[in-house]
Amino acid sequence: MRLVQGNEAVVLGALAGGCNFYAGYPITPATEIMEQMARVLPARGGVFIQMEDELAALGAVIGAAWGGMRAMTATSGPGFSLMQEHIGYAAMTQTPCVIVDSQRVGPSTGQPTMPAQGDVMQARWGSHGDRPAIVVTASSVKDAYQMTQLSFEWADTYRLPVIVLLDAVLSHMRENVELPPAPPPFSRTLSPDVDVEKPFGNHPFVPFAETTRTIVTGLAHDETGATRGTVGHASEKIIRDAFNRLNHDYAAITQYREYRLEDAAWAVVSYGITARAARAAVDILRGEGMRVGLLELISLWPFPEPTVQSLARQVQGILMPELNLGQLILPLRAAVEGICPVAGLGRADGELFTPEEIANAMTSHSTHAERRVSHHA
Amino acid sequence: MPKMGEDLHQYLRQQMMPTVWCPGCGHGNIARAIATALEHLGTDLGQVAILGGIGCSGRTPFYFNTNAMHTTHGRVLAFATGLKLANPRLTVITAMGDGDALAIGAGHFIHAARRNIDLTVILYNNSIYGMTGGQQAPTTPFNFRSTTSPFGNIEPTFDTVDLALAAGATYVARTTTFDFAEMPEYILGAIRHPGFAVVEILSQCPTYFGRLNKLGDPPDMLEYERNHTIVADEESVISRDELLGNLPVGVFRQEIRPEYTHQYADLCQARGGAYRA
Ligand SMILES: Cc1ncc(C[n+]2csc(CCOP(=O)(O)OP(=O)(O)O)c2C)c(N)n1
Ligand code: SF4
Repeated sequence: MRLVQGNEAVVLGALAGGCNFYAGYPITPATEIMEQMARVLPARGGVFIQMEDELAALGAVIGAAWGGMRAMTATSGPGFSLMQEHIGYAAMTQTPCVIVDSQRVGPSTGQPTMPAQGDVMQARWGSHGDRPAIVVTASSVKDAYQMTQLSFEWADTYRLPVIVLLDAVLSHMRENVELPPAPPPFSRTLSPDVDVEKPFGNHPFVPFAETTRTIVTGLAHDETGATRGTVGHASEKIIRDAFNRLNHDYAAITQYREYRLEDAAWAVVSYGITARAARAAVDILRGEGMRVGLLELISLWPFPEPTVQSLARQVQGILMPELNLGQLILPLRAAVEGICPVAGLGRADGELFTPEEIANAMTSHSTHAERRVSHHA
Repeated sequence: MPKMGEDLHQYLRQQMMPTVWCPGCGHGNIARAIATALEHLGTDLGQVAILGGIGCSGRTPFYFNTNAMHTTHGRVLAFATGLKLANPRLTVITAMGDGDALAIGAGHFIHAARRNIDLTVILYNNSIYGMTGGQQAPTTPFNFRSTTSPFGNIEPTFDTVDLALAAGATYVARTTTFDFAEMPEYILGAIRHPGFAVVEILSQCPTYFGRLNKLGDPPDMLEYERNHTIVADEESVISRDELLGNLPVGVFRQEIRPEYTHQYADLCQARGGAYRA
């Protein structure tokens, strides 16, 4: 057991996930990830480089992935906004990589040292065009470790940029955790039976090798990489297939945690740092006799529709507190429309919710919702 | 430069032919020079990667039988830096337009030069934005026309050679598509050079730059290149008068300085890590 900072857990989780390439640009509150990578990677024979901006950082990460490395970068809001073009490029070229965004208050420079959850939609929709996305978050140092590690595995399996959302508080928070020692440096071995003629689509990721003549392009292309002819259709199919792979593995990708939900008549659905206060709020309300529980979302995208729908069938109402002015509540509402009422609780002033605030909001939601139900009766 | 090879087809990706380039475009001349340089280099094509930005010039990687990346506008050097660091034994060549390298990608250009990372830049300078239809570039000469400077350009230009030298590139050369012997020679010199190497090649865009500025047909434009350049490399002695109105061409720097992947390998070794440049 030792005290580990959230950002340090990201580094350790990345090493556990085989990360051997880091390119970045400093920004609060993600900087410690970069500083620690600069210290640990050379001794492991991995690559660390400080680039001239965030577009360059993600560009280098994508180049390194095609060079055979497990690559990542980390940033915060302003840098995450800059990265959007290359997030789209990574998606279009099916390049495995991991991007950590430690959220701070925005828009713009906002409050650099204060926590927020205002990037949950940007992480999904920030880059132009359609793309499948895996976005995860964490509410503890241990989660930050595990989700970062898992992200590298998923990035490889599903061939896409996986985004890990933290926030200023979790990045800088220290918790006692027991973590295994870092594994030996990762080295990629090429399976001899890969089809080098088909580097894209439903085929495993094969980085540049002597035997490949891959052409990687952000232009619409078919599974051979060709951009001529009727590629519009072929390109759409590659993207649809990628969506389908995520749908198919929905159960494995979807990560959540249930707390006191067994007999719950009301539920808080929350994620990231806010889930900690939500859990305490549940305890307060339980103490007052209210049958309430918490569904903590750990993977945010693909949005866990079936999971929230079955919860909505069980309870009379849902409250979603989040550190923004109402973002993840949009897909939540859309998913449970007509099943149960959803109320939101938002703030974007750089403060965390207190458990009492969430408990009060839950109480008032339940009285309103009950009143609505009796009107209909 | 030894005699040029007769069969350059093995270097080209036949299924991507014909190219997107307009008839008479200088980018085709440059591609031929790259193929010639690859022939003289003799390296197995599996050990070469060609990366391009976005623009007519950025299409270059499609046409070579190597691993290739067609990246984003201006940022090819970021991708190339990551690829080179991941696999330092790879020969990494980048193709960029003047807008690509000197406008949207200027930041990446100077920083890659500063690091002196072993990459080759072939900068296709046609004084205009070709792919998007003839807009002003940071290289459009004073008073010349483009679709976004319809009354003549009022901005000074960037000089690629000055910029590359100042930023720390260790091989810097400039030539033109008229100089068909120098092109492959300089490109080969750049590829062989163990550091950040820039070859700027003045290229003709008859479709936009030529038409908008009434420079005539492609042969006239080549003639124009010849008449407006002067060999002025490290060795030549030229008067100020001779330079006036002419762009110096030649090899301006060829110098060995610590190269980035080697510096990084040394750092790893000092920390006990097994990274090999
Ligand atoms: C981020 C971004 N901005 C703008 C464009 C549009 N665009 C494509 S190519 C290009 C300029 C091409 O000119 P240059 O780089 O000089 O290359 P050329 O086509 O002349 O070879 C522009 C502005 C783009 N693709 N991406
Ligand atoms: S538009 Fe100009 S630069 Fe582009 S291919 Fe045509 S001639 Fe060449």
